[in-house]
Amino acid sequence: MRYLLPFIFLTVAGLTSPCTYAQLQIEITRGVDNPTPIAVVPFGWSGAGPSPEDIARIVDSDLARSGQFSPVSRRDMLSYPTRGSDLYFRDWRAINSDYVLIGRFEPSSPGRLRVDWQLFDTTREQQIEAGTVTGASSEARMLAHKIADSVYEKLTGIPGAFATRLLYVSVTRNLNDKDFYRLTLADSDGARPIVLLESREPILAPSWSPDGQEVAYVSFETTRPAIYRQNLRTGAREQLTNFRGLNNSPVFSPDGNSMAMVLSKDGSPDIYLMNLASKRLTRLTQHYAIDTEPTWMPDGQSILFTSDRGGRPQIYRYDLKTGKTIRVTFEGRYNARARVAQDGRNVALVHQQGGSYHIAVHDLVTERLTVLTQTQLDESPTIAPNGSIVLYATKREGKSILGAVAVDGGVSFNLPARDGEVQEPAWSPYLP
Amino acid sequence: MKAFPLAGKVATLIFASLVLVACSSNETNNNAAEESAAAEAAAAEAAAAEAAREAEAQAAAAAAAEQQRLQDAAMSVGRVFYFDFDSSALTDAARAAVDAHIAVLLGDDSSVRLEGHTDERGTREYNLALGERRANAVRDYMVANGVPSYRIESISYGEENPVAFGSGEANWSQNRRVELK
Repeated sequence: MRYLLPFIFLTVAGLTSPCTYAQLQIEITRGVDNPTPIAVVPFGWSGAGPSPEDIARIVDSDLARSGQFSPVSRRDMLSYPTRGSDLYFRDWRAINSDYVLIGRFEPSSPGRLRVDWQLFDTTREQQIEAGTVTGASSEARMLAHKIADSVYEKLTGIPGAFATRLLYVSVTRNLNDKDFYRLTLADSDGARPIVLLESREPILAPSWSPDGQEVAYVSFETTRPAIYRQNLRTGAREQLTNFRGLNNSPVFSPDGNSMAMVLSKDGSPDIYLMNLASKRLTRLTQHYAIDTEPTWMPDGQSILFTSDRGGRPQIYRYDLKTGKTIRVTFEGRYNARARVAQDGRNVALVHQQGGSYHIAVHDLVTERLTVLTQTQLDESPTIAPNGSIVLYATKREGKSILGAVAVDGGVSFNLPARDGEVQEPAWSPYLP
Repeated sequence: MKAFPLAGKVATLIFASLVLVACSSNETNNNAAEESAAAEAAAAEAAAAEAAREAEAQAAAAAAAEQQRLQDAAMSVGRVFYFDFDSSALTDAARAAVDAHIAVLLGDDSSVRLEGHTDERGTREYNLALGERRANAVRDYMVANGVPSYRIESISYGEENPVAFGSGEANWSQNRRVELK
């Protein structure tokens, strides 16, 4: 159980399982036209006792959630082959399935699983991909997500990002008392939520280290904001700042050696760089306006940030080599909280249009801005490591939920919390 | 009522002086007259000091009453100052309310915490900066009116702690605020 962490309770624990509050559900709201039909056949289990996990169901859900596939219902399958020799292409063409995924899994050694899978093209009547994944039995869900990643990449040409994790803040409102904030870690499909930190004071701006082993966030647990980093393996936690004023927006550099952040200790909010080894601070921006919400370009050479130095919040770019700042966005009166895709080209941000706050993508090459959402109070965009999906927070019937939309505007889905509210999502990088 | 203890104290002082005189009379008689005069002076001085203390107590009582009046006035205007949309400028109403609290702060040495808040629109981290701007606007106004800055702490919660839930200006206007604590 690599990710089983000791819970850190700041307040006295006396709650029912926090995970029930933090659990996300998934509701697909829009798919693409003509999604590809694929049959994901139940995987054969050859270990003792009942099958520990329904691997095929997890792969099936991942592919459905992408919006690009329409998985065939198990009820419609004429047989459940687990080996290529048992597979009759005619049966699958009869139910209009373009592809069939079959597989089998077994314990490879105590506490470990081995999963073999094969992907077939029913029109060409041939195997087009096959693979084997192994891992701890407790990580069976992650093995299923890895298979979904491979299938997705084979059929779309884009690497999958299912075997990744989400960090978010779940909030339980208390009408007559302080709210509960829970920094939560879950699989990309919302399964297996783990509460990393619970507090009666706000938790904000969670972000990932580039190796996916650490997270950073802002916690008001002392009644003042401070930046913390926390190791996901060991649970070890370190307070990095405690300055007068804002201590906000911690983002690890792509090399993992430093962290950009927002401090207002010297007057107005500015972007600072902290060397994580020496803890030495370098002030990057010096402007009486608000400079905030830094995010790194993937090459680590420059930082995008929000500034209202032009009168209204817009995205600017600070070059670490030259120390020069240039304005990036010009369309509209409000562009803020940028996150850059790994391609270094698509920038997801919050864009105001007609009094509403939408998620938009600004293309750094064409300098075109495309609005992706229609909801009114969207914020905190975060991009999947494969650059395909933007996850964000929005409001529905007065409650914060997560929404997701394809960068190309295709599929969209919602991830409301089973109970309470959920906000501030941060999608992990690819995990080792 | 108060005259009796005062008379008693004066009597005690005079008695103490007489004892002193009695003791020193063995050494020299010439000092007797001087001692007597000194005793009278001491008694007069004590009476004057007592009167001063009396006046001081009355002034303190008056000041306490005045401070209480200022505190009541400050309480009646409330501890929450509201702001216009996308603005950290103190409105006339907010300024009048802050004035009432400044009057209290100038009369004592208490410390205050100013908590800046925004409505739910826009991004959380940018709103933290806007909330700080509002808290600092109140702080700067207090400092400009004589409250030492070390007695003021400003903290921003951005949009994190709304008092009115839900969307629409009726809720938003209640959330764009600085709370004095």
